[in-house]
Amino acid sequence: MLRLVSRPSSTGRLGKVSTSARQADITLTVDGKEVTVPQGTYLLFAFCYHDRRNVDACSSMCLVEVERSPKPVASCAMPAMPGSKVFTNTPLVHEAREGVMEFLLANHPLDCPICDQGGECDLQDQSMRYGSDRTRFHEITGKRAVENKDLGPLVKTSMNRCIQCTRCVRFANEVAGVEELGTTGRGNDLQIGMYVEKTMDSELSGNIVDLCPVGALTSKPYAFHVQTMGAKKYRIHRCHGCRWFEYSRRLSRCPGDANPASNQRRNALCLRRLEIPALDDASIKQGDRFVAASWEEALQRIADGIASSGATGNEIQAIAGHFADTESLVALKDLINRLGSDNLALDQTNGSAPPPHGVDVRSNYLFNSTIPGVEEADAILLVGTNPRHEAAVLNSRIRKSWLHTSLEVGLIGERADTAYGYDYLGADSKALADFIAGKGAFAAKFKAAKRPLIIVGSALAEQPDGAAAYNALAKFVEKNKDSLITPQWNGFSVLHRIASRPAAYETGFVPSKKAASTQPKFVYLLNADEVDPKSIPANAFVVYQGHHGDLGASLADVCLPAAAYTEKAMTWVNTEGRSQVGRAAVPPPGASREDWKIIRALSEVLDSPLPYDDVLSLRDRMWDISPTLVRYDVAERTSPEVAVAGLQTIAANTASAKVSGKPFLKPISNFYQTDPISRASVTMAQCTRAFVKGEDYGISEKGSEAAYA
Amino acid sequence: MLKASKSVARIQRQANISIRRGLATVADPPVRRYGGLKDQDRIFTNAYCRHDHGIKGALSRGDWHRTKDILLKGDSWIIQTIKDSGLRGRGGAGFPSGLKWSFMNKPDWQKDKRPRYLVVNADEGEPGTCKDREILRGDPHKLVEGCLVAGRAMNATAAYIYIRGEFFQEASHLQQAIDEAYKGGFIGKDACGSGYSFDVYLHRGAGAYICGEETALIESLEGKQGKPRLKPPFPADVGLFGCPTTVANVETVAVAPTICRRGGSWFASFGRERNQGTKLFCISGHVNNPCVVEEEMSIPLKDLIERHCGGVRGGWDNLLGIIPGGSSVPVLPIDKCSEVLMDYDSLKDAQSGLGTGAVIVMDKSTDIVSAIARFSSFYKHESCGQCTPCREGTTWMMNMMNRMVEGRAHRREIDMLLELTKQVEGRTICALGDAAAWPIQGLMRHFRPEVEARIDAFRASQGGVMFGGRMIHDADPTLAIPDNLGANLVEPGDRV
Repeated sequence: MLRLVSRPSSTGRLGKVSTSARQADITLTVDGKEVTVPQGTYLLFAFCYHDRRNVDACSSMCLVEVERSPKPVASCAMPAMPGSKVFTNTPLVHEAREGVMEFLLANHPLDCPICDQGGECDLQDQSMRYGSDRTRFHEITGKRAVENKDLGPLVKTSMNRCIQCTRCVRFANEVAGVEELGTTGRGNDLQIGMYVEKTMDSELSGNIVDLCPVGALTSKPYAFHVQTMGAKKYRIHRCHGCRWFEYSRRLSRCPGDANPASNQRRNALCLRRLEIPALDDASIKQGDRFVAASWEEALQRIADGIASSGATGNEIQAIAGHFADTESLVALKDLINRLGSDNLALDQTNGSAPPPHGVDVRSNYLFNSTIPGVEEADAILLVGTNPRHEAAVLNSRIRKSWLHTSLEVGLIGERADTAYGYDYLGADSKALADFIAGKGAFAAKFKAAKRPLIIVGSALAEQPDGAAAYNALAKFVEKNKDSLITPQWNGFSVLHRIASRPAAYETGFVPSKKAASTQPKFVYLLNADEVDPKSIPANAFVVYQGHHGDLGASLADVCLPAAAYTEKAMTWVNTEGRSQVGRAAVPPPGASREDWKIIRALSEVLDSPLPYDDVLSLRDRMWDISPTLVRYDVAERTSPEVAVAGLQTIAANTASAKVSGKPFLKPISNFYQTDPISRASVTMAQCTRAFVKGEDYGISEKGSEAAYA
Repeated sequence: MLKASKSVARIQRQANISIRRGLATVADPPVRRYGGLKDQDRIFTNAYCRHDHGIKGALSRGDWHRTKDILLKGDSWIIQTIKDSGLRGRGGAGFPSGLKWSFMNKPDWQKDKRPRYLVVNADEGEPGTCKDREILRGDPHKLVEGCLVAGRAMNATAAYIYIRGEFFQEASHLQQAIDEAYKGGFIGKDACGSGYSFDVYLHRGAGAYICGEETALIESLEGKQGKPRLKPPFPADVGLFGCPTTVANVETVAVAPTICRRGGSWFASFGRERNQGTKLFCISGHVNNPCVVEEEMSIPLKDLIERHCGGVRGGWDNLLGIIPGGSSVPVLPIDKCSEVLMDYDSLKDAQSGLGTGAVIVMDKSTDIVSAIARFSSFYKHESCGQCTPCREGTTWMMNMMNRMVEGRAHRREIDMLLELTKQVEGRTICALGDAAAWPIQGLMRHFRPEVEARIDAFRASQGGVMFGGRMIHDADPTLAIPDNLGANLVEPGDRV
């Protein structure tokens, strides 16, 4: 139960000031055991306590006895003092906690059997441990009744259950930057709410469901689906250009320093595969309709299709989409190469052309500062990106740093509401040129910074002026390598928003110059649903492999059902270049198979069998391509020399790029629907209605609850 | 030189002491009677606002007289004088003021470049208390000068006076005094020509009792909800806007210049050891002449009431009980009232407290249970809701007290109520939980028979009551009543 937590604090925009600088370790006694902890460590946690949140100490469930202290102290707010003796298991502590628990339960509805939090409820756990076995609360005045709030399509509220720990309020204010969530009223009439009747519009709003220790805030799409007590626990993680996915019942506790304590639940909530039209059978287009087919028929049809289209060499094109895992990228690249083609395109604007940063040096396209490293930066320039939508959790780190330190942020690109203040420098290459020339206040601040950081959005490479911008940036970084690229720090970071993209660059899934100019006759869409239909020649034979019948499937002649990322244990590379392995939560439905297996089977039919029969030998192949792909959970740094050499190659490759003067646009306009899964989700459609279109989502509509209950 | 003038009063007092001789020739220590403060020893000479409260009147009463000399004596001299005077905080807790102010001047405090603040707590909201109000209305210059002197002692850069929102006239008078002081060069840059710069700001609160708690007051000043902060860090480390801060009561600050002028020993000559000084007492309730009066500390409670208030309505014997220090301290019954002295230690020994010195007198016409229940409603209403025990406990206690007013309770619930008060007391961030618990504890300590009688009477006339207040005869006889509702407990006097 006892947990010692060190919490660094410093002066910043929040107005919190450190009580003392971090000093030497101190020793104290806890329940008779000697413990040595760094100074500034706090003792323990209970309801109101949460990592990374301010201390509130309001629940009083964490009372402990400290020697020579006349009354029990709230341990979550009690700094460890040298030589102090702390007792967590004395009669006084039990009595104190039992008393507080009685008060907590006095106004709690005790509707555990119908509560979605039942079985994973902190209040239940604590009352089992400290509570009394019977109630003394029989007042005829009854319990407090609180009206439910409508926080949007993601969060279901049952405010009678609220114990006013204000975790959600502190999260919203400090992490998410939603300052409208707060408490109104006082004493027993204290209520959590948005002050006025409105929904909680934040990309991190779903997190408060996980934060809530009781059943006051629960997941609306999930309401009444499963009794938690009997549920199995699944966890899949994957960082997709730093977006955390989770298709699990729960929960947001992730190990490792790259894992922010809060997840973006958007995707967790939209992954309701059973309710959505998914591909679970192979199908062949006949006339204007798809007809279900067996795997054999479908694969044979593809072999016939290649032959009948007459595609040879670079006329065979593969396009890798957002959800392509590393194994399938490698297998598909190998297959296409074996068929004599180099035409490997990516499912993005300008994806069929080689990227301006090249793929030869890793540091050219990775997030070199690492995600935790963002908090060390003292000046950040965002180029062509809105991290709030492209990497919401990274954004919360920037916000945290902005709140607590004197971090300066500048933005070049389309204006965005980032949840922290920034200097707006302009939208186009001219603004970038001005910055590089040292014009403006922010350029001076950036120059003076000890750890400057440039975050380049992945969309920059897709912009008309992308190559020119890369050229300018590469030269600038090389010129300022003393501060930007040192053995301890690499301040040039590319922020990917697409799960498969870093792995695609890592495996070299990009076209050669020659292939890029070839008109394809056979197109293989691997999870590619963002393609421009016009870019696919009308007479080309198109194969779509994926898990959702989205745009790509409508273009296809043959559809192959593949597993979604929740259904396979595959390798994913995040924006830092850290490879991670996902976990299969559920088996693939129907006839669908893991992606690489489909490609392997196809290679057999095409008479150029790939030399791996199981995932381990495929990963050996990945090791051959790049050892980092299978060194899991490690983000390898690039040495400064190599990084500088990489920048020189960018500068050389893009030397001839011309400036058109077009602004750098944001790639994501609707945060809630960016991929086939979220586009197929009812919940995300509701979010779009409520948050993007601003429609009066269900606030006073009757029966809106029922639609989700 | 600001040396204390030997008080004439003291000499006279000694002359009055009667000396008895025993068989041995050893004299008993002289018995000292407290009280009867002479007019020349009063600090607040315009407490009743009979004279001009502006700068002219203040100057004529001796305010701002050689303040420069006090400032030039330096911080440690002022703090030592306050320590010598034995002044304890007049806001209720009674912490030694000199010691508190000295916390601001830690070794190497000059290296800390943060600004430093004195915050004056003029959010006087304790029911029964109206002493600061008189100071603010009649003697605002005493407070402004006090801010300067106390601010100098703790090397503060500015003082914020947080005044209760309802005090409109008081805020006007105080603002007038601040403006006049700025105009006269007493505060602001080079205050009083001492070379020390000091600003005074007035901030009007919005009327929450909890904002009188020092850290809640700081939060409120910062523009946030008035919810107490955790200590540590104490305000002297991290206070207003994250800077070293000391919060002090109006009276504490306002007496500082006079103490410095007349000397710590002059102030210390009043009252008992560790309870020295003079104090404003506010006597309200069932006395013939309710008043606010400055008196010597340790004056017997009975003397205070007889001398200044014309006695209890209907004579001393008509007294039921007295709450000696504002709503948050336990009530005292008549026998204790006859013997306690009005100071911190004596009242503490009597299991009550001096609090703010707000004496609430209740004669036998008072419904004491109802009176205490009213306090419970007050605390329920004013709890900020941050800590669980206070948020839930105050409501629960209020509900039980409201039932006990009419007697609709079970005898055993008295003990349960006491247990609840113990569960609230000392389990919260601030002292509001304690303050809500103590009046009920005091009631049960001294007036339990009254509560029991009421419960019995209700039972006799209306029938049995279960825990929580439901009537036994209202329960559905076809359903089993759980044991823990107390329906089957037979009480003495019940017809079985």
